Amino acid sequence: MRRPHDFHGGIYPLERKELSNQREIRRAKISRQLVLPISQHIGPPAKVTVSTGDRVLGGQRLTDLSGLPVHAPTSGTITAIEDRPIPHVSGMLGRCIVLDTDGEDTWIDLDPVADYRGADPQKLIDRLFEAGIAGLGGAGFPAARKLPRAGGNGPETLIINGTECEPYITADDLLMREQAHRIVEGIDILAHIAEPKEVLIGIEDNKPEAIAAMKQAVGDRDHWEVVVFPTKYPSGGEKQLIEILTGKQVPSGGLPAHIGILCQNVGTAVAVRDAIVDGRPLVSRVTTVTGESATDRGNFDVLLGTPMRDLLEQADYQPTKPQRLVMGGPMMGFTMPSDECPIVKTTNCLLVPGKGELADPAAAQACIRCGMCAEACPAELLPQQLYWFARSKDLERLEEHHLFDCIECGACSYVCPSRIPLVQYYRASKAAVREHQAETMKAEQARERFEARQERMERLAAEKEAKRAARKRAAMAKAADKTDGEDPIKAAIERAQAKKAAQMAAGASANDDVEKRKKIEARLSKAREKLAADDGSDPTITAALQKAVATTEQKLAELPEPSAADSADSSGADAQRQKIEVRLSKAREKLAADDGSNPTVTAALEKAVATTEAKLDALAGKDEAVS
Amino acid sequence: MELLTGSPFSAALLAMLGLGALFGCILGYASIRFRAEGNPIADQINAILPQTQCGQCGYPGCRPYAEAIVAGEPINKCPPGGEAGIQALADLLDVEPIPLDAEHGEEAETAVAFIIEEDCIGCTKCIQACPVDAILGAAKQMHTVISDECTGCDLCVEPCPVDCIEMRPLPKTLANWHWDLPVAGLSDVSQIIATDRPNEGRSNEDRAA
Repeated sequence: MRRPHDFHGGIYPLERKELSNQREIRRAKISRQLVLPISQHIGPPAKVTVSTGDRVLGGQRLTDLSGLPVHAPTSGTITAIEDRPIPHVSGMLGRCIVLDTDGEDTWIDLDPVADYRGADPQKLIDRLFEAGIAGLGGAGFPAARKLPRAGGNGPETLIINGTECEPYITADDLLMREQAHRIVEGIDILAHIAEPKEVLIGIEDNKPEAIAAMKQAVGDRDHWEVVVFPTKYPSGGEKQLIEILTGKQVPSGGLPAHIGILCQNVGTAVAVRDAIVDGRPLVSRVTTVTGESATDRGNFDVLLGTPMRDLLEQADYQPTKPQRLVMGGPMMGFTMPSDECPIVKTTNCLLVPGKGELADPAAAQACIRCGMCAEACPAELLPQQLYWFARSKDLERLEEHHLFDCIECGACSYVCPSRIPLVQYYRASKAAVREHQAETMKAEQARERFEARQERMERLAAEKEAKRAARKRAAMAKAADKTDGEDPIKAAIERAQAKKAAQMAAGASANDDVEKRKKIEARLSKAREKLAADDGSDPTITAALQKAVATTEQKLAELPEPSAADSADSSGADAQRQKIEVRLSKAREKLAADDGSNPTVTAALEKAVATTEAKLDALAGKDEAVS
Repeated sequence: MELLTGSPFSAALLAMLGLGALFGCILGYASIRFRAEGNPIADQINAILPQTQCGQCGYPGCRPYAEAIVAGEPINKCPPGGEAGIQALADLLDVEPIPLDAEHGEEAETAVAFIIEEDCIGCTKCIQACPVDAILGAAKQMHTVISDECTGCDLCVEPCPVDCIEMRPLPKTLANWHWDLPVAGLSDVSQIIATDRPNEGRSNEDRAA
């Protein structure tokens, strides 16, 4: 027999469980209209795959698997997909699928797993996700996400939470009393998937019938144990229950998985059983209806999406004015914005307190530093310090004092003699810290983007500048070329002079050519001699010599014949002179034949004669210059 | 050696000079080896500034303003940072916090730019104005704001020739909803821990009544 441990702090509020645990679980009537919020769990919602007007059957999936799916709890017609009041602390609207039921409750063909013991654990985990199972204890974390992935390290211990420590709520109590065998079947499946070394079922000692039923259902399974421990709030908190059962503490900021523990609620175990053994997705849950404003209190097996008002009516709801409607218990529950809100996967209790049943809020007094909150805190925090930091918005020190280990159980507010709403401060501060972190991240991102842009602009400017400079250089080079030969005419004259000088030099170079020719001829004769002397013993040498002779001959051929070039040049000049003289004599003849009838013709002829004479003179001058 | 023992004054002088040279070398080495890039205090100030890059302070971006603060500029010229930002700067620089200089604008709720797309003519003027490249588009194509990247600086509003950009506050959604701090010392029904807001759980009949 395992000896339960204790955890720090905790409180003993009035339990009042007897209000609702006197009757068996009743099946709630199917409402005319069901409202199914697409987000009933922690995490992103899935996409809706049905549209208005679609007829759906019970158990049909209404969303895809991009988030935890939602199923039709019964058959009917989709009449709207719109924003409706949902059970959320903000009182805001949320996207819902509205299903008008037809009362026939026709179901799709279910696809159960015949023998889960032979099935692949990963397939079973996928099944649980497809069945839309969120933790039914209250937080609504997708159950499949907690289970170990294939190949990963499985947990040492599987803890089944049947604590139900919050006052008023009896849903798990009744479930354990009436359906212990189904719970155990569900635990069998979870144990098959997670393969823990031991299974611990934790129940508070205020539920003797449930304990007896569970012990009987567990039977003589090895390494299974139903652990009973004293009633204290909040022993049903995951971290608190782990400490009670194992003595281990979940490290700050860590998860139970980090110390080899997997925790699931008894209601979740039943949902797991239904999903695998029956193939039934999660479309209903057991919800407690309690509080003095309902006279026929008790637990109901109710379809998800049922408007709270419909369920309350079945418990003979007699609202007082004003009437509070709380979802959850008096410690952690919150007031609903409207009784039209639907029952969702996390609705474990509807509390409709009568007049004076719950303490009215009193004005918060100044903190007297009594320290009772620190004694009550099950997470061993310093609520009073956190309160001061929250008021001064000192986010850094809030985090240093482990604000995020607060489980928001409300024990500190419960014991506070000054009635300070401490948890409210912590909730707001958590949001402020998260918001600050998000803002810091966004600012960091903006800074990076700004700097990247700055850098890009500078780079572009530099590139532009470089291009401009290159263009400028090119333009300057062009301008410099122009200044060299400022005047094209002058440049032409210069070019002509240079050409002339080259021609002048040609005479001198002719001598050079002769010498070169002599040299090459000498080299050629030498090479020929060598080739003749060669005995042909080495073919490469012979080839080299032959090549040398060939190249030398080629060079000789390339050398210009100086005398021939000179004579060609002078003969060209003579030819020109003769041509011009012919033209001149022709022009003179024409001028002589002209009758003077047309003065412009005469003038043109005279001009032609003059230019030709001038050309002839120029040629003569050139000849003189050459000689 | 004799000189040193014989004249204690010169010995002391030499010792001091020697030590001076030694430490000078060490300091000189350290100043090169452990050189800090940029101005570290400007970096710290820049980390506090909201990086909106709106230029309301009169400087072209948060970093230039951070550098200006180092050079002695007052710390109350940043409206997006607001009083909290001034407080953080005052803490960092150990100066008295001063109220926000209204000349540079007032602290406003964070908003993001929104382009009314049917009016957009695709002039790209807003794209050029955006300091964080949060506007997407091309010439003669419709532009749109990447609202996750928008800092709400509203620099794009003014250049738009057809006034199709407006600043819209971020909508409150279930995803970004959060609790507010209770008002201290006030007996407010929203302050009790478990069952806040008793009057909102009323039924339709109550509301009709």
